[in-house]
Amino acid sequence: MDFSYSDEQRMLAETLERLVADQPAPERRASQPDLAAGQCSPLWHTFAELGLLHMPFDESVGGLGGDGTDLMITMQALGHGLVPEPYLAGLLLPGDLLARLADADQRARWLTPLLEGEHQLALAWQESSARYDIHAIATSAQRHGNGWRLDGSKQLVMGADAAAAILVTARIAGEHPDADRLGIFLIPPGTPGLTRSDYRTMDGQPASDLILESVTLDGQACLSENAAAALDATFAVGIAALCAQAVGAMQSSCEQTLAFLKERRQFGTPLSTFQTLQHRMVDMHLHLEQARSMAILAATSLDRPAPERDYRIAAAKAYCGEAARFVAEQAIQLHGAMGMTEECLVSHYAKHLVMFDHYLGDSDYHLEYVSEHLSAA
Amino acid sequence: MNLTFTAEEQAFRQEVRHFLETSLPAAIRERVRLGRRLTTDDHIHWQNLLGEHGWLGANWPAAHGGPGWSPVQRHIFDEECAAAHAPTVVPFGVNMVAPVLMKFGSETQQRHYLPRILDNRDWWCQGYSEPGAGSDLASLRTRAERDGDYYVVNGQKTWTTLGQHANMMFCLVRTDPNAKKQAGISFLLIDMATPGVSVRPLITLDGAHEVNEVFLEDVRVPVANRVGAEGEGWTCAKFLLTHERTGIAGLGHAKQALHHLKALASRLQHRGKPLLEQPIFRQRVVKAELELMALEVTNLRVIAAARDGGVPGAESSLLKVRGSELRQELSDLTRRALGPAALPFFPDFLYGDAELADVEMAEAAAASPQYFNRRKLSIYGGSNEIQKSIVAKTILGM
Ligand SMILES: Cc1cc2nc3c(=O)[nH]c(=O)nc-3n(C[C@H](O)[C@H](O)[C@H](O)COP(=O)(O)OP(=O)(O)OC[C@H]3O[C@@H](n4cnc5c(N)ncnc54)[C@H](O)[C@@H]3O)c2cc1C
Repeated sequence: MDFSYSDEQRMLAETLERLVADQPAPERRASQPDLAAGQCSPLWHTFAELGLLHMPFDESVGGLGGDGTDLMITMQALGHGLVPEPYLAGLLLPGDLLARLADADQRARWLTPLLEGEHQLALAWQESSARYDIHAIATSAQRHGNGWRLDGSKQLVMGADAAAAILVTARIAGEHPDADRLGIFLIPPGTPGLTRSDYRTMDGQPASDLILESVTLDGQACLSENAAAALDATFAVGIAALCAQAVGAMQSSCEQTLAFLKERRQFGTPLSTFQTLQHRMVDMHLHLEQARSMAILAATSLDRPAPERDYRIAAAKAYCGEAARFVAEQAIQLHGAMGMTEECLVSHYAKHLVMFDHYLGDSDYHLEYVSEHLSAA
Repeated sequence: MNLTFTAEEQAFRQEVRHFLETSLPAAIRERVRLGRRLTTDDHIHWQNLLGEHGWLGANWPAAHGGPGWSPVQRHIFDEECAAAHAPTVVPFGVNMVAPVLMKFGSETQQRHYLPRILDNRDWWCQGYSEPGAGSDLASLRTRAERDGDYYVVNGQKTWTTLGQHANMMFCLVRTDPNAKKQAGISFLLIDMATPGVSVRPLITLDGAHEVNEVFLEDVRVPVANRVGAEGEGWTCAKFLLTHERTGIAGLGHAKQALHHLKALASRLQHRGKPLLEQPIFRQRVVKAELELMALEVTNLRVIAAARDGGVPGAESSLLKVRGSELRQELSDLTRRALGPAALPFFPDFLYGDAELADVEMAEAAAASPQYFNRRKLSIYGGSNEIQKSIVAKTILGM
């Protein structure tokens, strides 16, 4: 057993810490300018220069072969600084799927430029009737000549507005729904039949709804006709990353709240001298440390056999979801009215931490999974 | 013991319900139902309708033009209003400054201000909190210095709810810097149009403009605008804090929110079944249901005591703590119930006139912003931590 970082990991953590600290105030998350399709922000290019975009991918596809811990370190730092760049949605999720499924041509066209920071991609899985179930897909893919025809709709596609192509999950038509024949298709923006409407999420991230009406694609657009297992593996990576990001944001929220309690005076004394508030601060800290442990468990379980991996991943997401909400709510409460304003940094973290539960399955969804697979031993 | 309402009370409920069905404009009802912001005109329109019916000053004694309702009737009225999606009456005039004027104001002040409150000519805001004086309100520093028949006021108020619409502010100011904390405070009525008053918006995390900062720079306020004696402002403020707080649990709102939640969770599907049948979510709803049942009876106990002549004291702190926690929990469950659909944020729809073509999106739009907005319930009007300290001291003698 060893919970320490390697020398390289310590360097990674320090580099990221410096990089994030140099960024302008994180309030910009809510007012980040919209990027045109295919455009990346200056910070994204810095990520590329530092190798952060290569880091989480296998060496066999041109990555640096970072492990779950490297990913955790990265996401924690990005969460700590509330960095708006779409590391998860624009790089990790679509990149991980490509790395698992793409052939050499598809890799050269989509994955290599992704790792070089030349473009971002997006992954469209959410459907309106599916809640958090990534396998409940009504969008259909029908063979059409040598290629495919897609029909359906997708919600909450994060970063679709800036993506050079959107990876879309679809059910291969004609199959029994239980057969789990999920296809994944690459659709560049502007493809006829694809309509996109853009908006922001409650925590300020760009998202889009898509309508696909007779979208015809050539054979090269199909990444896989049987992607269910790969999709599960990719989502496990995504959830581990998301938990680490939330831990970073929880840590910053705790730091901000502690500093506030020491500084703010009422009744002639710093708030930090009131025992109620001391105990509450300790509860926040406890939630943070327990969530951190779960994020570590998730990050180190990515190579396990699927049942064990998914059990731990679900447990971690469920736990972190509840902990993040507790920390967010108490951070606001202990800041008083100040904590409710846009001017106060902690409110932006709170929005991120509460809405975190709505990405990649909320705590109830994952609790249900753990409950159904509860190990009797 | 008997927990049923009398026949008269039940008839009164029917009367209120009928009034709401026939008088509340559909457009306003729909905006409230969807959690969209009301314009000042909407508020005033509704309060005028209530006023014409003699129901605006619900807490007012008949002598001042109120309906003379019992605490039980007021409770029924609040409940029915929330169930019908009626706008909440902006409380600062009718429910806050008016009782202070009735108790401490001169006859001239009463004759001038009370009718103007009842026919919505004045919109009041509350100038208590300051950047340095929140929970410790008595440490406020806004200065009022006597200059002949005027006070010259300098300082800053903050978190002033709906101050952007107000033409009048009731304000706590320090008139004697040498007296001990509470003793040097006076209660002033300030016309917001007076030179030196400026209002700056504060945007809250749900994107709403609800609160403001109010800057006071050499503002000349007639001495005649002081309520009560100089140095007795704290008595006025404390009276307000204990006055008629039987509605503080927000029970009507909690009932309405639970009702909405159950309907939502019955409609939304999870794995081919209503979400309400999902065991984990169902249990969360059941817990809220029990808490609400208990709170309703606790609230009725306090109301009955008030009806029988008791003054609700620290009991109202209990109602506030539990009521705010429950309403926050319900807003959390509503957001959760929506799942991914709680993510999109449409400020132009919520705070403006932009429409959303998708009905489901419109129905879901307010859930997350409202969850964040409801965090205020445990902060304002005396935070829950402060309320618990009051209970510990006053009820438990700790
Ligand atoms: C949406 C909103 C609307 C408002 N509208 C108005 C308005 O119209 N007019 C107006 O005058 N004010 C208004 N307020 C201000 C409100 O009354 C104050 O926020 C409240 O008094 C708390 O003060 P504070 O925000 O400065 O928090 P602080 O007093 O700084 O408290 C910060 C935290 O410390 C805790 N704390 C403080 N002292 C103690 C203690 N002794 N023991 C234990 N815990 C303690 C508090 O509970 C809180 O959690 C509004 C506030 C909000 C959020």
